[in-house]
Amino acid sequence: VAARLDEARRVAIFGGTHGNEMSGVMLVNLWVQNNTEVQRKGVEVQPFITNPKAVEKCTRYVDTDLNRAFTPENLSTLGGGDLPYEVRRAQEINRMFGPKGSPEAYDVIFDLHNTTSNMGCTLLLESSKDHFNLQMMNYIQKSIFPASCLVLLNEHPLLKYSTSRSVAKHPVGLEVGPQPQGVLRSNIFESMRDILKHALDFIELFNAGMEFPPCTVEVFRLSERIDYPRDDNGNIIAMVHPNLQDCDWEPLNPGDPMFQTFDGKTIHYQGSGTVYPTFINEAAYYEKQQAFATTRRESLVASAIRKA
Amino acid sequence: MKLHESQGGTHPQGQIGFSRVAICGGTHGNELSGVYLVREMQKAERKAKERGNDMEVITVLSNPRAVQRGLRYIDTDLNRCFTHAMLSGSNTNDAPYEIIRSRELNALLGPKGSRDAVDLVCDLHNTTANMGLCLISYSDSDWLCLHVFRHLQRQMPDVPTRFIHFNATNKESYSLDSVGKHGFALEAGPQPHGVMRSNIYTTMKMGVEHVLDWVCLFNSGFVFEGGSVDVYTVVRNIDYPRDRDTHNITAAVHPQLQDRDFCLLYPEDPLFLTLSGETLRYKGKEPLYPFFINECAYYEKGIAVSLARKRRVAIPAIRVQTEQEQQAKKDECTSEEEEE
Repeated sequence: VAARLDEARRVAIFGGTHGNEMSGVMLVNLWVQNNTEVQRKGVEVQPFITNPKAVEKCTRYVDTDLNRAFTPENLSTLGGGDLPYEVRRAQEINRMFGPKGSPEAYDVIFDLHNTTSNMGCTLLLESSKDHFNLQMMNYIQKSIFPASCLVLLNEHPLLKYSTSRSVAKHPVGLEVGPQPQGVLRSNIFESMRDILKHALDFIELFNAGMEFPPCTVEVFRLSERIDYPRDDNGNIIAMVHPNLQDCDWEPLNPGDPMFQTFDGKTIHYQGSGTVYPTFINEAAYYEKQQAFATTRRESLVASAIRKA
Repeated sequence: MKLHESQGGTHPQGQIGFSRVAICGGTHGNELSGVYLVREMQKAERKAKERGNDMEVITVLSNPRAVQRGLRYIDTDLNRCFTHAMLSGSNTNDAPYEIIRSRELNALLGPKGSRDAVDLVCDLHNTTANMGLCLISYSDSDWLCLHVFRHLQRQMPDVPTRFIHFNATNKESYSLDSVGKHGFALEAGPQPHGVMRSNIYTTMKMGVEHVLDWVCLFNSGFVFEGGSVDVYTVVRNIDYPRDRDTHNITAAVHPQLQDRDFCLLYPEDPLFLTLSGETLRYKGKEPLYPFFINECAYYEKGIAVSLARKRRVAIPAIRVQTEQEQQAKKDECTSEEEEE
């Protein structure tokens, strides 16, 4: 028996949450000018630049990371002009597309990101119980086959963070790499565009009444953050090992090379079991003390769904 | 230093030795290979001095504020601040940080154009373009740069290594490497800005070691045979297609051009792919070699790709001046002064 879910009528596409991640900036600017490509029957699609000041400066953020700013404290705090730019921006976005957690919030928000890591196309999932999102991701994966698109699940109680997309009932992150910050690569841009096309197709089909049977979705569940080795002053003293560099999603076993010091010594992974590393050598995470993240493979079962 | 007129002859020309060499990193604060290599060299300063031959290696973090913030620059691109006009003049209260810094660096490593300037400035850079290792120079006839380049190529056969010549006859030199009596930039890519790739770091580290080894060998009296090398001379740049009103780019480097630095570009080859799927083609008449394809920092400088001609350049045999030659030179200068 299919779970009956509300139709997903109000959909937003966020670009420029990080102002130097160019695929999303270009796509959203394109669709703000001409939205033909993203129009679907029974769906209102709003493309939106979330951090225009950062986009204008082609920088990740102006005062603070917008994609960490949607905490309950930030969203409720007073202070007006004294608040950091991105906190004010988060409040405004929450007013326009939320409020977060309320019945008035947007149904779906796609948040477009790039990474310097060799992650290919990755869908970011915030809840293992979001059957709508699981079905959408399954649909996307089947549609783009033989091209692939993996699912990263961040439900970790400590590592989870308050994203701009979290304002919506069904938040969907899109991360495509590798692409340097500030650079637009044609292949990366077109991959992201293609994934969004299928995502919007899914929503249109769902709203039209199609039933999606139960399916199994393989996900990579975020487990741990691994920082660079540092000296007592906090300076990095080793780099991601050449054997690990660019090997996102490939198994990392205990004893495998992990870091290489500046004079060529190898530091090995000391975990208890095999993990699947991701976000390997992401530029923006040097300041967040992360060289890469480990994940564990898991199969989630999505129940059948149908519009209520 | 100009070449002797009888190029390619078997008799090596005597040249003055190198007593001071500067290795500069972090001229752009987010190009990390140079930043970390200079830091490591400064940690191991004792080892550097053991090279002997009375050669002094000066390591410099060129733009520390930009390094600290992980930015290319704070106010303005430091690597454009070394013209004579920008170096002279006094520091006002509202002078850009990089202008103040360029004057400090000129005092430390120069003054540019004077006898006190360091013998060699080697400035370390990274690029997001797929360029391998490049030695970039304003001159195609500076025998030092050409010999060092040939040495790098021979010592690092697994690394694609190329010599890029920016023809500056009409324009004054503006970069940090122009402060020394000799100078060049060592550019390694591809690497995203703000990222350190171990393979690129290793390439840069080996490159710098081979540069310093060459200088030591030269100072010790080694004779370097003549020969020839390929030189890529920049001819022109091509900008992205842009929106007339917003100036925003309206196309991406074409997938068939992306990452194909130094692969010959023929007339009618694809250059850009617009957002609406149209291919824009190279309309030049002459096949040229593209490089700096899709370099992040050049979007704001209006460069999507640079184009170069390749040609073979002869280099003479050289060796360091003997003591007699040095004395003869001094006597020559003294007698000229006396005549005046």
